[in-house]
Amino acid sequence: MATVIPDILRLRADFPLLDQTANGKPLAYLDNAATSQKPRPVIDAVNQFLLQDNANVHRGLYDLARRATEAYENARTRLARFINAPSPDEVIWVRGTTEAINLVASSWGSANLQPGDEIIVTLLEHHSNIVPWQLIAERTGARIRWVDIDEQGRLVLEDFDRLLSERTRMVAVGHVSNALGTINPVRTIVDKAHAAGALVLVDGAQAAPHLPVDVQALGCDFYALSGHKMCGPMGIGALWARRELLDAMPPYQGGGEMIDTVTMERSTWAKVPHKFEAGTPDAAGAVGLAAACDYIDGIGHDALLAWEQELARHAMERLSQVEGIRLFGPENLEERLAVFSFALEGVHPHDIATVLDAEGIAIRAGHHCAGPLMTRLGVPATARASFYLYNTPEEIDRLAAALDTARELFSIG
Amino acid sequence: MTIDRSTPALGALFQELILEHYRKPRNRGVIPDADATVHMKNPTCGDEIHLGIKLNDDGRIADVKFLGEGCSISQASASMMTGLLIGKTPSEAEELGARFAAMMHGDEAAAKDRALGDTRVLAGVAKFPVRVKCALLGWDAVQEALQKARA
Repeated sequence: MATVIPDILRLRADFPLLDQTANGKPLAYLDNAATSQKPRPVIDAVNQFLLQDNANVHRGLYDLARRATEAYENARTRLARFINAPSPDEVIWVRGTTEAINLVASSWGSANLQPGDEIIVTLLEHHSNIVPWQLIAERTGARIRWVDIDEQGRLVLEDFDRLLSERTRMVAVGHVSNALGTINPVRTIVDKAHAAGALVLVDGAQAAPHLPVDVQALGCDFYALSGHKMCGPMGIGALWARRELLDAMPPYQGGGEMIDTVTMERSTWAKVPHKFEAGTPDAAGAVGLAAACDYIDGIGHDALLAWEQELARHAMERLSQVEGIRLFGPENLEERLAVFSFALEGVHPHDIATVLDAEGIAIRAGHHCAGPLMTRLGVPATARASFYLYNTPEEIDRLAAALDTARELFSIG
Repeated sequence: MTIDRSTPALGALFQELILEHYRKPRNRGVIPDADATVHMKNPTCGDEIHLGIKLNDDGRIADVKFLGEGCSISQASASMMTGLLIGKTPSEAEELGARFAAMMHGDEAAAKDRALGDTRVLAGVAKFPVRVKCALLGWDAVQEALQKARA
């Protein structure tokens, strides 16, 4: 740890936004599961594209357009390497994880789901890995089945054994829970699903910023991620899928860039990945996301994880000491990331958020787009502090102290 | 590091009377023979209210009761509102609702209007724009219930 800490503190200076006050106090940004802040190299890469390389991609015949297209496609190659995809052609640029999952549910689902087919989701899922499946299930007559969690917010793996059958067509599971930080055993789930003949879509929105992602080692069929949670810009994300699946899937949206030929009678489609990229894409965003991959790989996942585990250890220790707190999620730090959902006896999560805001501490309070999970936990909402590479133990100390005072403020006086 | 209870903003928000209503909300419950019931939810934060209203033969509000789940501001605001509205006519209730909403949007004259009674302690919410919708939840529910009751 001794070698990691100074490096991390130096990295904090890469994030210009963090150097500001909130309500007169130094900003402690602890809402990283919602979105991360952006380091200077990412901002510079986006700027560079807009200032010097901007032209529409895959259209112009002039040199500037060639340069823009090259930057856009190089970014795809970069992201493919970041997740160890076998080929950049298997990486589709989308707006984010939500669009990636909607693309699969809509395109793959409409071509493959029949009445009586089943889709397995889990109680840990974000609404973006629930609602698209509900929509396609309604359209096709397929059914949604639910995997439960245990008292520590870990998936009940036996539920997969119980639910998987020849009717199961898809298992949609998060890599890491946005609400509880639980790291799910994706490889184990993939093996179970494949043994039953089902495909697996992994929602990687909360994993890609923190864990090394290797889609080949995970063995999954689809992997979705968002740029903005991993130091990249908002509005760009990626879907990875196995080539043969993408080849067989119908287009998601129609328009420019996704066609081969268009006549008045019919159209034929471009090859993947462009078949799924109708319209002018967010090329600057893609370039920014590639720069984010460079940034994270530049730190290295070993150092990143070591630091985040240190933050998780410190947060667990300090938050556990807060009187009246109820911490959700796994107790074992190896089963989770530094995302802490909690309830404070006598203080509603919104009130916690307001008291913390007055102290310059930004956290999330609410249902975390995980309605079924909140119902399962028996709470309407939780407060959530989520950490990233630039957070410090001092910020955790401030959080714990402010929670003590929130309790005091709301105690019967 | 400590949070000073006298911090102007926080102190104005979480006043003792507000916390007292939060801990012991008035008129909490269900009216069995309500003239109208409304369920409202704030989807962004999950605050929720079930509100029932009963009108007298002369058209005045005989009773308002609510059940809800939410933050101190939403629960205290609904509690104070019920106390204020019982005995009022629907049009008086609508007027008070508009006055309360004006206070929430920083109208200083409204914040001094005695007609708003105890609910004036919520004037500090105006300095916390993200919390205004919490304070308005009960009022929105009552306006909808009145419309239903008259329909």
